[in-house]
Amino acid sequence: MHIDNSTVVLGIESSCDETAAAIVMGGNDVLSSVVSSQIDIHAKFGGVVPEVASRAHLELIQPVINEAIQLAGIGAERINAVATTIGPGLIGALLVGVSAGKAMAYGLDVPFIGVNHLEAHLYAALLEEPQLPFPAVVLLVSGGNTLLIHMTAPGEYSLLGATIDDAAGEAFDKIARFLDIGYPGGPAIDAAAQQGNPQSIEFPRAMLHDGLDFSFSGLKTSVINYVRKNPGVASHDVAASFQCAVVDVLVAKTLRAAQQVDAKSIVLGGGVAANSLLRSEMQRVGSAAGFHVALPSKAMCTDNAAMIASAGWYRLRDHGPSGLDVGAIPHLSLTGSTVRGNRAGRK
Amino acid sequence: MNLFAPSPIVTREIAAVVASYLRLGDTVVLAGEMGAGKTLLAQGICTALGVTDPVTSPTFNLVHSYAGNDATVYHADLYRLKNTDEIADLALEEFSQQGGIVLIEWGDVGDDIIGEHLEIRISLGEEDESRDISVRAVGKRWELRWPRLVAATKMYASTDAEWDDL
Repeated sequence: MHIDNSTVVLGIESSCDETAAAIVMGGNDVLSSVVSSQIDIHAKFGGVVPEVASRAHLELIQPVINEAIQLAGIGAERINAVATTIGPGLIGALLVGVSAGKAMAYGLDVPFIGVNHLEAHLYAALLEEPQLPFPAVVLLVSGGNTLLIHMTAPGEYSLLGATIDDAAGEAFDKIARFLDIGYPGGPAIDAAAQQGNPQSIEFPRAMLHDGLDFSFSGLKTSVINYVRKNPGVASHDVAASFQCAVVDVLVAKTLRAAQQVDAKSIVLGGGVAANSLLRSEMQRVGSAAGFHVALPSKAMCTDNAAMIASAGWYRLRDHGPSGLDVGAIPHLSLTGSTVRGNRAGRK
Repeated sequence: MNLFAPSPIVTREIAAVVASYLRLGDTVVLAGEMGAGKTLLAQGICTALGVTDPVTSPTFNLVHSYAGNDATVYHADLYRLKNTDEIADLALEEFSQQGGIVLIEWGDVGDDIIGEHLEIRISLGEEDESRDISVRAVGKRWELRWPRLVAATKMYASTDAEWDDL
């Protein structure tokens, strides 16, 4: 099959909160991108509730795919390939997208491409900035991941650092819940921090001068200890000081990584990349050090299917299709293997 | 029994001592408030069981599995789950029946449906770094081992005045 700028890929994403579908032509021309956020359902529970998530995915997947095709202004017969997230993620949620994607591919008689969700995040910046200078260092921060990745070209990357305990987004969620300031935790902390003084409390910056790995568990405990001892403290001051501690570490380590590998660009990705302080500090510090700083729009930082379609296009061009026998892999790692040995998660 | 850990290093030591009494198919419930140190206990147990991969929080992914020396160690987190049906869906019992060792954070919320197990409850102590740790066995599975575990952790006992001399 010949892959070129006119090749149209349908992307499908259902690994966690979002049911999403998108139509992308030639790897980075986004014809449509539909994200049916399930946040309203989750807000009632204060977190991602897996069974709720897979049931909601099941109800939303077909309408979302149909809308993506309709908004793109094409007929389904114009789709040349179907790319779907196969992992990592929640097994029940992943299976909804994988089943729908395979059925579409089979029905349309086009290739199916299984896409690694983490790898797809690396393509999100390219969708908005196709001429992104390489090599790049990507900071991928979300609820389940905090990764520093060295990307020398599309499809070529290696891991520089990762969290050794909690992901940054998980720390945001848990502190927001502890302070009782709302869900989702990221935006809630971001909003509360606008009213607070980031210098009011000196929280620890774990492992700041020590390698490229991250640790946020100690910071979480430190915030909890502080609030217990100072029950009268304003929660927006806690939120601002906590956020400042997280951002300081994320920015410092990303900068160090970029200097170590002599990168040209610094790229942000993942849900936490929507944080306003992280964006402004990364831009300020990165630019001052002479790096090109790519800050994808919030819609591209968070989970979406355009990045899945884009990653699928590159994968199809460079490695060919996956075949319909590929299954969902909950613990898929960035390098393609399962991170943690054998199967885990629900049946 | 009630134990005392003045620092995270000692919390890990206690976890390692408990780990040395674990058998294939055991389930350990890790209880305690946010930030108390449940993941630290899990890290200590996993390291003692021979896990070399980094042990990270499973809050988001629900279950992580690791290869230990003799067993697969399953590390689950029920923090985000709200009812017993969802907990049952994780198939944790199946992991232990297959001879894995199962560690469950926030496992006390699912106490009714988790079978025989060892519960380690950790709570913030008076000092920032100190922790109170209580251990109890639920079910007969621990009957024979329990006196030996108590003896092995005696030096960490919170009522033990020897701490003042250390």
